[in-house]
Amino acid sequence: MDAAQAVNVAVTATPVGRSLVEKLSRNWAVLLGGGVLFLLAMLSLAAPWLGTIDPTLLDPINRDRLPGASGEVFSLTGEALQHTFWMGTDSYGRDIYSRVLYGGRVSLVVGIAVALLSLGFGLTIGLVAGYIRALDGVIMRVMDGFMAIPGILLAIALVSLWRASLATVILAITIPEIPRVVRLVRSLVLSIREEPYVEAAVSVGTPTAALLVRHILPNTMAPLIVQATYVFAFAILVESILSFLGVGLPTDLPTWGNIMAEGRLQFTQYPHNVFFPGVFLSLTVLAVNMLGDGLRDTLDPKFNQRGDRPA
Amino acid sequence: MTESQSVLRIQGLSIALPASGDRRYAVENVSFEVASGEVVCLLGESGSGKSIIAQSVMGLLPDNIRPLSGQVLLDGENLLEADAARLRALRGARMSMIFQEPMTALNPVMTCGAQVDELLRQHTRMTTVERRAHVLQMFERARLPDPARIYAAYPHQLSGGQRQRIMIAIALILKPRLLIADEPTTALDVTTQAEILRLVTELTRENSTAVLFITHDFGVVAEIADRVAVLRLGELVEDGPAQTMLSSPRHEYTRMLLAAVPTLKPRKEPVGSNHGVQLRASGLSKTFDTGGWFVRKGTVRAVERVEFELRRGETLGIVGESGSGKSTIARILGRLIEPSAGEVELDGESITRLAGERARQLRRRIQFVFQDPYRSLNPRRTVGAAIVEGPMNFGVSRSEAWQRAHDLMQLVRLSPRMLDRYPHEFSGGQRQRICIARALAMQPEILIADEAVSALDVSVQAQILELFDDIQRRLHLTLVFITHDLRVAAQICNRIVVMQQGRVVEQGPVTEVFEHPRHAYTRSLLDAAPGRGFAFGAASQ
Repeated sequence: MDAAQAVNVAVTATPVGRSLVEKLSRNWAVLLGGGVLFLLAMLSLAAPWLGTIDPTLLDPINRDRLPGASGEVFSLTGEALQHTFWMGTDSYGRDIYSRVLYGGRVSLVVGIAVALLSLGFGLTIGLVAGYIRALDGVIMRVMDGFMAIPGILLAIALVSLWRASLATVILAITIPEIPRVVRLVRSLVLSIREEPYVEAAVSVGTPTAALLVRHILPNTMAPLIVQATYVFAFAILVESILSFLGVGLPTDLPTWGNIMAEGRLQFTQYPHNVFFPGVFLSLTVLAVNMLGDGLRDTLDPKFNQRGDRPA
Repeated sequence: MTESQSVLRIQGLSIALPASGDRRYAVENVSFEVASGEVVCLLGESGSGKSIIAQSVMGLLPDNIRPLSGQVLLDGENLLEADAARLRALRGARMSMIFQEPMTALNPVMTCGAQVDELLRQHTRMTTVERRAHVLQMFERARLPDPARIYAAYPHQLSGGQRQRIMIAIALILKPRLLIADEPTTALDVTTQAEILRLVTELTRENSTAVLFITHDFGVVAEIADRVAVLRLGELVEDGPAQTMLSSPRHEYTRMLLAAVPTLKPRKEPVGSNHGVQLRASGLSKTFDTGGWFVRKGTVRAVERVEFELRRGETLGIVGESGSGKSTIARILGRLIEPSAGEVELDGESITRLAGERARQLRRRIQFVFQDPYRSLNPRRTVGAAIVEGPMNFGVSRSEAWQRAHDLMQLVRLSPRMLDRYPHEFSGGQRQRICIARALAMQPEILIADEAVSALDVSVQAQILELFDDIQRRLHLTLVFITHDLRVAAQICNRIVVMQQGRVVEQGPVTEVFEHPRHAYTRSLLDAAPGRGFAFGAASQ
């Protein structure tokens, strides 16, 4: 090959893959799920400026008001305010609309924290189990043991063991989630470690720690992000279930589960107590799952990258 | 040729690619025909659109690819206008296909006999007993040993060659007018390939079946083709009788392809005795344990008592078929796996017992280029990061490592500007150049190339072989070239080691082994090389 051909070779490298952002923005499930989730997050973050009142304010005058009713409420400083109860009030006269918006904060915090924590622990344990053969058996049998305990039961046990607080609830939901993430990461590592590029990295003398971080970890990320969204949705549900069962967060902290648990007693007369937090909960879980499905379609090499290799 | 004779006739066929494709048409305005009893080879490199043509005949095109214009006529009937039911009736009975990978084309949970039987049940009115007799007879004709046993066997219990025979039996049992073979021998060893090619020709001649044989291999063309159609990027560049095409190609592209096919004539003499022994393998064995907790344990002897020497500056070829243990040898030499027994000495010092830091230092001296250029680069790291990783692992400064990567890109004839690109932006040949640069960045003394050119198109393969030659001259490297392809070995090696089932059966200077093979296995390998009677590269030089 002469110089002219060399230049020719140099310029014919053509990009085959589209950029990730472009791929994501073409997926309607990502757009819709992400959009709804973003909207819900914004609503709960901006709750103080969205015409809410103190969500824990007890107001005997305005008990069991129907959605859309309006009345006078007194703030802590004693001022009288005209307020419309868009979603009605509960049997203590607390404004459901305010409680639902503020409750969203707890749900989202629990969801994000559980997703991040279980991913962090699961990733570390899974990488070790998948790459270091000697530890694989031991770690995985311990994880099998964890998986044999019903997740919600374990959470209930942990919450009753410690004092119920946000941190306890998050930890209680995280622990049963870790083995699932570990299993996923381990199976990914087992297949990635056999890839020729890992062997190539070994052959240029890459130390094991660097090998894990540089070559194996980045290639596990796509399926993990997808898994994280499912953990996220599941954590929000479990938190609501724990609150609903009365073993979750203290009742003075509004969460969707708490609101529904308290509304349950009067469900036949005042269904709005359960209906509105229920709608928000379902919407959030639906949005997160949709986002997860969309991410899977765009990130998972099995659904994608078909055109990556010439036939 | 008159119209009545031609079984398959493709006229002005154009097929569009989806908008995201790298070109507008998969194939554009392609016309050719296949007559009864004739073997037409559709020849082209990867991406030339040859498989798309086969799929359009069988009605198996993916949903997002559709024919724009033209006709595909099977005995005068336009298949592009046929509906799904009609195509189903035609497939198997009037036209059939065999594929590259027989394992994936067969259903793993059905016995081989049942899979052939299913076809007869759908297309004929034979009774169960008649069908079984017919299938057994067909297995007999496909030269399958012990047809009754094969009838009851599952695909995974058979060898690759036997599976391909089953596929051929399925394809031909209904005596179709047309057989399409899509690279049916590419995944097979050379001796098996020769048998399968013979079988296809024999069985189709008996029934005057028209054969459209898709291949990228000129050896196969020389072996079986009556006529050849050459495709380049979806365009038919040349079409004519095989003999004329191979001896006096008209189109420049065909001439280039022919020139790129390596000849079986060895080019190099062994290096002189002034080159000292650099590496010596003695009594190397490797056994793998199979089975586990619930499965009976067994051992596989991958390599048994292998001995050879490697002289400084030479190219040693290790040739053999799949399962011969050649890649295991490569991995032992590069210390990617430990031998079960035996010794490897590098400059007189044993390297098999080294541990820790001294074992790591050894990595600088022996480097690898792997077979699959698509999988040997981490898809999530730029090629620059891949090249500088090795030197930086051994304490070379960042700026110096990048300077080295810059220089190496030029050495492997790629633009240094491409260092910050990702592997998917490169073609197979370019990726293999990057892999070579990555190995050279370690400034090794010995470079082991494990089937480094077998995944590449023939024209690209020629360029990479030339690059290896050039690099060896410039950097005074010792090369170990592992290949199943005798043509490649003939071009690049000074000496070769022939392996069969984990043992070395013959070794010596390449000229001697090729011209006067002593061992029966070496002779059978050389005899099986497709198109051996044809001096490819020489014809056009």
